[in-house]
Amino acid sequence: MKTIAHVRVTPEGAVLDGNHISDASITGLYREFAGDYPKFFKMDNLCRLGFVAAELLLKGTSAEDRADAAVVLFNRNGSLVTDRNYQKTISGGDFFPSPALFVYTLANIVTGEIAIRHKIYGETSFYVMPAYDPGQMDDIAEDLFLTSSPSFVLTGWVDYNDDNDYLADMKIMTR
Amino acid sequence: MESTLITCLADNILSPLGATSVDNFAAVSEGHSMLRRHEGVFGLPEPFCASLFDREMIRGLAQASVREFESYTFFETLCILSAMKALESCSVDPAADDVLFIFSTTKGNVDCLSSSLDDSRCYLADSALRVARYFGNAVTPLVVSNACVSGVCAQIAAVRSLLAGRCRHAVVIGCDVLSGFIVSGFQSFKALSPEPCRPYDRDRVGLNLGEAAATMVLSAADSMSDDKWYYVASSNHNDANHISGPSRTGEGAYRVLSDILKSLRRDEIAFVNAHGTATAYNDEMESIALHRAGLDDTPVNGLKGFYGHTLGAAGVAETILSMKAIDNGVVLPTKGYSEQGTTYALSISPDVRTASRRSFIKILSGFGGSNAGIAYRKGGDA
Repeated sequence: MKTIAHVRVTPEGAVLDGNHISDASITGLYREFAGDYPKFFKMDNLCRLGFVAAELLLKGTSAEDRADAAVVLFNRNGSLVTDRNYQKTISGGDFFPSPALFVYTLANIVTGEIAIRHKIYGETSFYVMPAYDPGQMDDIAEDLFLTSSPSFVLTGWVDYNDDNDYLADMKIMTR
Repeated sequence: MESTLITCLADNILSPLGATSVDNFAAVSEGHSMLRRHEGVFGLPEPFCASLFDREMIRGLAQASVREFESYTFFETLCILSAMKALESCSVDPAADDVLFIFSTTKGNVDCLSSSLDDSRCYLADSALRVARYFGNAVTPLVVSNACVSGVCAQIAAVRSLLAGRCRHAVVIGCDVLSGFIVSGFQSFKALSPEPCRPYDRDRVGLNLGEAAATMVLSAADSMSDDKWYYVASSNHNDANHISGPSRTGEGAYRVLSDILKSLRRDEIAFVNAHGTATAYNDEMESIALHRAGLDDTPVNGLKGFYGHTLGAAGVAETILSMKAIDNGVVLPTKGYSEQGTTYALSISPDVRTASRRSFIKILSGFGGSNAGIAYRKGGDA
């Protein structure tokens, strides 16, 4: 497996292929490198994080390759931050469940948001892990090729706890 | 690659309809369903129609067979009970280091958010670890959380791990339990039917939710035998269209079917066990995808009228029921279906039909635009 591009997004900013390219927050990165996708502001923070990381990674790819690509992402929290927010809307005396919030209580929605934005029709998968485990993530990305033939795999870790604690460590890999 | 043959060694379905795959198959064959109207359950202001476990019955089962049963959540207990039953019927040692546990769940212990239990119980991977450790298994389990398509994706993950030689046996457990969290969310989407659902029917108005746990033990095999089930093909495609609405062209599901049909002739297929949630959009989308794939004349069925949508369990339980159906030479009925309610006519029936073919395709679609499918064949090439 070959790594074509690699991005790391943390509260300290974004590092693309080893070069620190910005100090911005997730929203700052969106304004700096995308800016043309108002749906971004409807997303929860996990999706926003995955979205900006994918924007940076996919810049050098062709639409044709993207159409047959796979998106396979991992984290520990699943969608727990949004789960807690949704739980508040149905707890105690208040009861105002919102479909716009509920849909983000699924961790795999981030893979769908990336697929929609970039017209990716290949596999989208999400795995929850006990801890960050790059070896196992690479194995799972590599094993995709045993039953499918994506043009490339957009894969890696995407986890959001709060504004001071988040990490996207994602890459594009080919066989 | 160590082996290209993958077989299903053992299985279990634990649902409100029964505690074994055999019991569940019998109940479905006889047309039973546990979809009931529930009022005041989970502290919800509105009633809903769902297939729910009898909590006391499960507690009784756990007390009788699960060590230190009180230390496990309801979700974990169901996973343990289902896996235990499946493992009892084969010689696989779950503690061996060539056994990988793979979980399919959308929300796991999310009900813990509303209870006095620690919030830390909500981590899906920790639940998976507790269940794997119960069986003495020390390998880090996989947890697939791909919304409604998880049950098929977990089987695909098992197939890949087996093909790569990363394990010799994969214990695939699909499970979800309902709570105020999940039911209120589907209510807010206006996706629920107040009555038992009617997949593909003209008068369908929405889905019902359900609870189940189901387990398949998938293993690398050295040789084929006529009475065993083998993996044929699988696929996963996104619609790239909308996070909560299916594609109007059935794009992802069509691509899934097209991929699988590269490895399976149409005249080998006994039936397609489709998702059939009984929402207007899902069933219409599936009819378009099946039509585009040239499967208009192939028998299609949907089992949500018996179980509701059991989320992470659905793909596993419905695959097992499809195997049992062919074992018994039948296509299971689509309970709730009466008159064509999709643009393209499909071969759907509310009655049991006979089946002489030995392969089937299981498909699912869900939130996030995901679609997944897997095909199995009984015995060797037809």
